[in-house]
Amino acid sequence: MSTGANPRQYVISIIFIGVASVILLRLFFLQNFEPKYKILANDIAIYKKVVYPPRGAVLDRKGKVLLSNTVIYDLMVTPRNIPKNLDTAQFCAALDIDKKTFINIMRRVQERNIDVRQSPFIEQMSQEQAARFQENGYLFTGFEPVERNIRAYEKPIAGILLGYIGEVSPEMLKRPRYSSYRQGDYAGLSGLEWQYEEVLRGQRGVHYLERDKFNRPRDPYKGGILDSQEVSGKQLELYLDADLQEYAEKLMANKIGSVVAIDPQTGGILTMVSSPTYDPNLLRGHDRAKNYAALYKKPTRPLFNRATQAMYPPGSTIKPFTGLVALNVGAIGPNYGYGCRGSYGACSRAIACEHKDAGHAANFRLALAHSCNSYFCHIFRMTVDYKSFASVKEGLQTWHDYYNNFSFGKATGIDIPFEKGGAVPDSNKYNSMYHFNWNSCTVVFVGMGQGELLLTPMQMANGMCIIANKGWYYTPHFVKSIGKNPNDTLLRKYHEKHVVLNIPDSTFNIVQQAMEDVVESGTAAGAKIDGVTICAKTGTAENKAIVNGEVIKMQNHSMFVAFAPRENPKIAIAVAIENAGFGATWAAPIASLLIEKYLKDSVSVKRKAMEDKMLNANLINKYVFTIDSVLRLHDAAVYQARQERKWEADSIKRAEEFALYRGWIELQLKKLKK
Amino acid sequence: MTSLRKALFYRIDGVVLLLNVMLVTVGIMAVFSVEHHTTDLSIFMMNKNYMKQAMWFGYSLLFGFVILLTDSKFFSSFAFLIYTIALAVLVITIFAGVDVKGSRSWLGVGSFRFQPGEVAKIFTSMALAKFLSLPETNFKTLKDKMIATAIALVPAVLILLQKETGLALVYFCFFLVMYREGLPNAILVIGFSLIGLVLASLLIERKALFVALTVLAVFIGWIIRIPLRRRMAPRIILAVSFLFAVLFSQVAVPFVFKHVLQRHQIDRIYSTLGKEVPDEYDKTMVAGEDKKINSSEYNVLQSKIAIGSGGFWGKGFLNGTSTKNQFVPEQHTDFIFCAIGEQFGFIGSAVLVLLYISLILRIVFIAERQRSVFTRVYSYCVACILFFHFAVNISMTIGLMPVIGITLPFLSYGGSSLMSFSILIFILVRLDADRQALIR
Repeated sequence: MSTGANPRQYVISIIFIGVASVILLRLFFLQNFEPKYKILANDIAIYKKVVYPPRGAVLDRKGKVLLSNTVIYDLMVTPRNIPKNLDTAQFCAALDIDKKTFINIMRRVQERNIDVRQSPFIEQMSQEQAARFQENGYLFTGFEPVERNIRAYEKPIAGILLGYIGEVSPEMLKRPRYSSYRQGDYAGLSGLEWQYEEVLRGQRGVHYLERDKFNRPRDPYKGGILDSQEVSGKQLELYLDADLQEYAEKLMANKIGSVVAIDPQTGGILTMVSSPTYDPNLLRGHDRAKNYAALYKKPTRPLFNRATQAMYPPGSTIKPFTGLVALNVGAIGPNYGYGCRGSYGACSRAIACEHKDAGHAANFRLALAHSCNSYFCHIFRMTVDYKSFASVKEGLQTWHDYYNNFSFGKATGIDIPFEKGGAVPDSNKYNSMYHFNWNSCTVVFVGMGQGELLLTPMQMANGMCIIANKGWYYTPHFVKSIGKNPNDTLLRKYHEKHVVLNIPDSTFNIVQQAMEDVVESGTAAGAKIDGVTICAKTGTAENKAIVNGEVIKMQNHSMFVAFAPRENPKIAIAVAIENAGFGATWAAPIASLLIEKYLKDSVSVKRKAMEDKMLNANLINKYVFTIDSVLRLHDAAVYQARQERKWEADSIKRAEEFALYRGWIELQLKKLKK
Repeated sequence: MTSLRKALFYRIDGVVLLLNVMLVTVGIMAVFSVEHHTTDLSIFMMNKNYMKQAMWFGYSLLFGFVILLTDSKFFSSFAFLIYTIALAVLVITIFAGVDVKGSRSWLGVGSFRFQPGEVAKIFTSMALAKFLSLPETNFKTLKDKMIATAIALVPAVLILLQKETGLALVYFCFFLVMYREGLPNAILVIGFSLIGLVLASLLIERKALFVALTVLAVFIGWIIRIPLRRRMAPRIILAVSFLFAVLFSQVAVPFVFKHVLQRHQIDRIYSTLGKEVPDEYDKTMVAGEDKKINSSEYNVLQSKIAIGSGGFWGKGFLNGTSTKNQFVPEQHTDFIFCAIGEQFGFIGSAVLVLLYISLILRIVFIAERQRSVFTRVYSYCVACILFFHFAVNISMTIGLMPVIGITLPFLSYGGSSLMSFSILIFILVRLDADRQALIR
């Protein structure tokens, strides 16, 4: 055939090589000099997923779960992924909603969001909805149930101390504590949830996932080497006794007031009730705001923590401390007696005493057992006027220092937020009240726990710990250990032993003896428990309310403080019931039942009648509602006035800013003209 | 004549077979890398495409073995018969084809489906080779040139009727074969000039192009001024081609764009050129629709993202975030090159391009060492088909050409494609083994 090589084979080969070279050149530039494709590839394919670990659980002293987590499902929708032929009727049937609701929700979702983004369709599906949806889930592309953890309170108790979580507010985000939070994150808003937020929430994990073109996360990016693992929140073990707490809440039902019980040897809080209580499960999930508003509007104010924030005049329950100071200062001896005949007349106005018989205040023991007002008013005066002090002012100051050491007049420092400190008057207070013109007679009422002296139930219970321990206490607290570690740094301050001045044991013995007599033969005889020595003191605190500018004297608060047993004390307790009457009638039996329940695990049969009486009593006075509405009107007026001031300030500020802005613009224009 | 006495095994071309096996292996790996997820329980899952592709590879080797055992005269003897049958099947497909995305190019027999247009390339090559090797054929005559062109283009027309433009375009590569066998040089000049003219009329503004063409004509006239002065023919050719170019760019192109082409075709062409569709051709305004990113532009963008993000060294095997997560459409078939580009970067892509070009040049070399015209023409057919597929496919993934549905030989997933390319190669190897004999 042909001789020699055909030249056209070279032409063809050159065309082949030429085209391949063009392709190689284009590839070279595309892959080496166009970095935008790398950025685009990462943008479209890498998905940063923030993983929220489960929050730590909260257990009681016996390991019973008080607070943990449960899984719920939110139904999320990505409008763009919904196929056009979605069977709406079937979809609505599966979720048990009507078509109108469906259309309304879809419209809302589309108004709010771009239709490629996932947004909630139904928050917190019911169990049935979730189950039925998942049966037919494959039919409904574009809809996806998303798992979410929410808090679960095992029993409807202890809401006030456990607290609740909610979305962080923009104001919170400005604080350094929440610097690592983002809008939409959850954080503890009150109680232990607030206090131990850092421990409970754990550590968020960040996972980088590859996603496919349907935005579904697939494999971990680069095998997960960039990921940070989430760390579960630690659990809190409390001193709280769930059974005792439940029992206390039952006893306090239909009463306004609070109960605080502390283990004197550790400072651990066994029970804290602020009555009326509420079901903490109301304050979780997406109904929280609604339920919160409803609770907030209740006249009995269940959200107000009366155990740490309500300040009551302690009434006669302060008398052991009045005695303690008087004895320690040396103003009286244990055998000091006062001839009370039913009133104290040493000062200008006579102070009534419950007892008229001679010798009921023949010595300290008898006087405390019978709660003689005259006696304690008198020894208080003797204390502040004691000869070793230069003046009544120095005397009162010494007394004030003692009380401060008992942690009266300042917050005890428990581990839930917003605790109030009560009030213990000092000479400055009286100087300003009475223009330096006062003496021991002017302030005599504080000796019997009235007047300017105000304590929280928490402080009263802590005071009992001091007497029970003969002079020392640990700051009351809830948390025994964090994640089984009792020596966590957060708990360090609760392991510090506070010693109250240098009061000798003998003085405490005198007071304890007298308090034992209160139960054995005195005002709180009904609180007696077989086989347990209880040291206690009743109190009946006078109180007033201001309604429409009028001072109204209301029914007395029923108070009771106690600790038991006298040797090796296990429980110190304070009970306050507002406007219920004598301390011995209501507060004392309740405290006694609680002590029995705690020490003996059950209440003896012969006290059943008393228990029933306590459980069924309704001691909420009608005028609570009147006072509440008046207070709310007052609050609303104050709020309104404050808002108006704020608006005014705002408008002034805006006007100023506008003027500055105008000036700036004119300046710029001038510069431009030049 | 010594080599004929050697056993068949020693006469087959190992280089071609080796390159073939290498490319298919790369292909299976590429499909695997696109489909595999770390959550997969096992690598050997029969429902996965890469396993199917491996299975097809096995079948193709089996088939190739049968071909190697066939007498080489069989292919030339039955070339026309098989070609006729193939044409008949193509006609049947137009009417009985399965509708896949608007085209009717697939034929279903039971659960088995195949694309006759893909396989018809083999038989067309054989028929063309047979015709050119007939002793009575004289390729210098116009009549025989027409017949050869018809043999090449009839299947293309039938495939065009099946609305599979990409496959039909492949048949134009036979012109390169016919060029080797004696079509005039002018065909290349005219061909390239036409391509240049089309590109210029799309890229350059119309009035500027008119000026440019005039300048070009004057420039050429000045260069060949001596023959122009002496003879008539060059003058006429120059004048006619100038007139044609002006008419083409000023009248024909706007007409076609305004009245013939569909909106998606215009979008495709301009997105390849990397330009916005000019207002005068923009049909979205007329239809009153909102302007959306069209799908081919999306495909090419995703494909370019995948390849471009590979960089010089690539992201590494199984680390292709774009291809693994299905951002590139059709990525295991037409866009399989993205998987290579993303995971193995420029290095991997260049090696692949070199593999292809060595295979193609090896086939050209084989063609030129034949004694028989049949084998030579057939070899050129194979080389040109491979080249066309390879060049167009890779060009479209990197945005050098509009997206037309053409597979990457040996790499793209698909039984029809893999089988037809393997058969092409094995027949070539079988014919080459008898290169000392005369096959008619």
